[in-house]
Amino acid sequence: MKTLAVARAVAWRTIHNVLTTPSLLIPSLVFPLFFFTAFAGGLSRVRHAPGFNYAPGYTAFQFVFVVLQSAVFGGVFTGFGIARDFEGGFARRLLLAAPHRSGIVLGYAASALARWLLTVTVLTAVAFAVGMKVGGSGVDLFGLYGLALIMNVAALLWASGVAMRLRTMQAGPVMQMPVFLVLFFAPVYVPLTLLSGWIHAVAVLNPVTRVLQAGRGFLAASPTEVGAAFAAAVALALGFSLWALRGLRKAEAAG
Amino acid sequence: MSVFGDQVFQLARRSVVRTVRQPANVIAPLLFPMLLLAVNSGGLKAETRLPGFPTSSFVAFALAVPFIQGALFATMNAGTDLARDIQTGFLSRLSLTPMRGVALLAGQLGGVVTMSVVQGAVYLSVGLAVGVRPASGGLGVLALFGFAILVALGFGALGAFAALRTGSGEAVQSLFPVLFVFLFLSSMNIPRNLIEVTWFRDIANANPVSYLIECVRSLIITGWNGQALGLGFGIAATIAIVALVLASWSLRGRMAR
Repeated sequence: MKTLAVARAVAWRTIHNVLTTPSLLIPSLVFPLFFFTAFAGGLSRVRHAPGFNYAPGYTAFQFVFVVLQSAVFGGVFTGFGIARDFEGGFARRLLLAAPHRSGIVLGYAASALARWLLTVTVLTAVAFAVGMKVGGSGVDLFGLYGLALIMNVAALLWASGVAMRLRTMQAGPVMQMPVFLVLFFAPVYVPLTLLSGWIHAVAVLNPVTRVLQAGRGFLAASPTEVGAAFAAAVALALGFSLWALRGLRKAEAAG
Repeated sequence: MSVFGDQVFQLARRSVVRTVRQPANVIAPLLFPMLLLAVNSGGLKAETRLPGFPTSSFVAFALAVPFIQGALFATMNAGTDLARDIQTGFLSRLSLTPMRGVALLAGQLGGVVTMSVVQGAVYLSVGLAVGVRPASGGLGVLALFGFAILVALGFGALGAFAALRTGSGEAVQSLFPVLFVFLFLSSMNIPRNLIEVTWFRDIANANPVSYLIECVRSLIITGWNGQALGLGFGIAATIAIVALVLASWSLRGRMAR
């Protein structure tokens, strides 16, 4: 119960900060919309490339990527907040006050999730407003959201592990850059079969590829690699939860 | 060396040394554009199979983007450094000396231009290493560097103007997303005539960054294209002149003695 009380307090504070600070709220809403516009609007001709077969169309194809990207970066941006809390001294006071410190990580994770839910609601509304087509009954869309949700948690745990180890805002690029690379070394613009050379080899090994392909399968109402995608996402979340908890121990040890 | 020349040299040297001493300011303009080039040239290679695509090498097509992206970083670096000079009082102390304001601007921009030449050399070397051969030949490479210098001058002056107007590094940094939007809503990833969505094509047509990219791109994949070069150099020169006038005007207010 004490863990949950700590988590609730940390989550409430973080959500309140995000909702009342335009410089934190607006970029997290605008950037996914911007990428959606730039990719789905600017590159839609790519669907005419020989071998590109995705029934719902290029807007839906890019929507899946942008949903995952918003989930992952929602987690990373919350990591920035953790680093800011350490830099400002708040996190140290929190470590002193919290009886069950794992609740701190749990609270940040809950706030990252709430933040992403707001973003994905806006993103989905815009996508349907511009005529995105979804295959089947649309129920499969929630499969995509489920995958994105796990990725959001995984990214938050990664970022919080870094933030708790380095405890400075200068850790931002360390949190962001690997995530950016892993996301973009997946089949972002075209299906995996149309990639060739080194990027294909990297994309095949990249766990995000499984998640992306399953998400696109959900939207086309022809689920593919669902088991592998959920397994990859859960494995990332579990791996990074150990990383985050060890980070918490290091922060405690640093005093 | 004349007194004015010496002032410009000393300030340009300070600008370069200060940039070099901050690894993030050197690495980011070199690394980020190259990462974006790697990601896009790998992921969008299939685009070269579209009818009407101007080249069979997407790396050659995309190599123009780092030159413009690097200039965006020049805006940030020039602006942030100048804003720091204002915030720390360096500019106020400088205004007590007989130094001319224009020397400060020229020195600051001299540093930015030097960095742009280094960046351009790195981008071009990477392109050559992966097999890109500029269609305009050796003279084209010289034109490419001339253009990179002009663009860096224009964007650097824009950053200096923002710094002089606001006096805040954070305000200058907040320009970056705006410039990033200009980059992504241009023809950076696909030729304008192949953009399918009408409103996006209209934005790309109206976006000056499209013409800056296409100027570099023409030298790499087409050869000597008078229209692309005229538009690119014309727009870059206009940006540079307007930004320099605005920056000089703002500097006069900042250095009021």
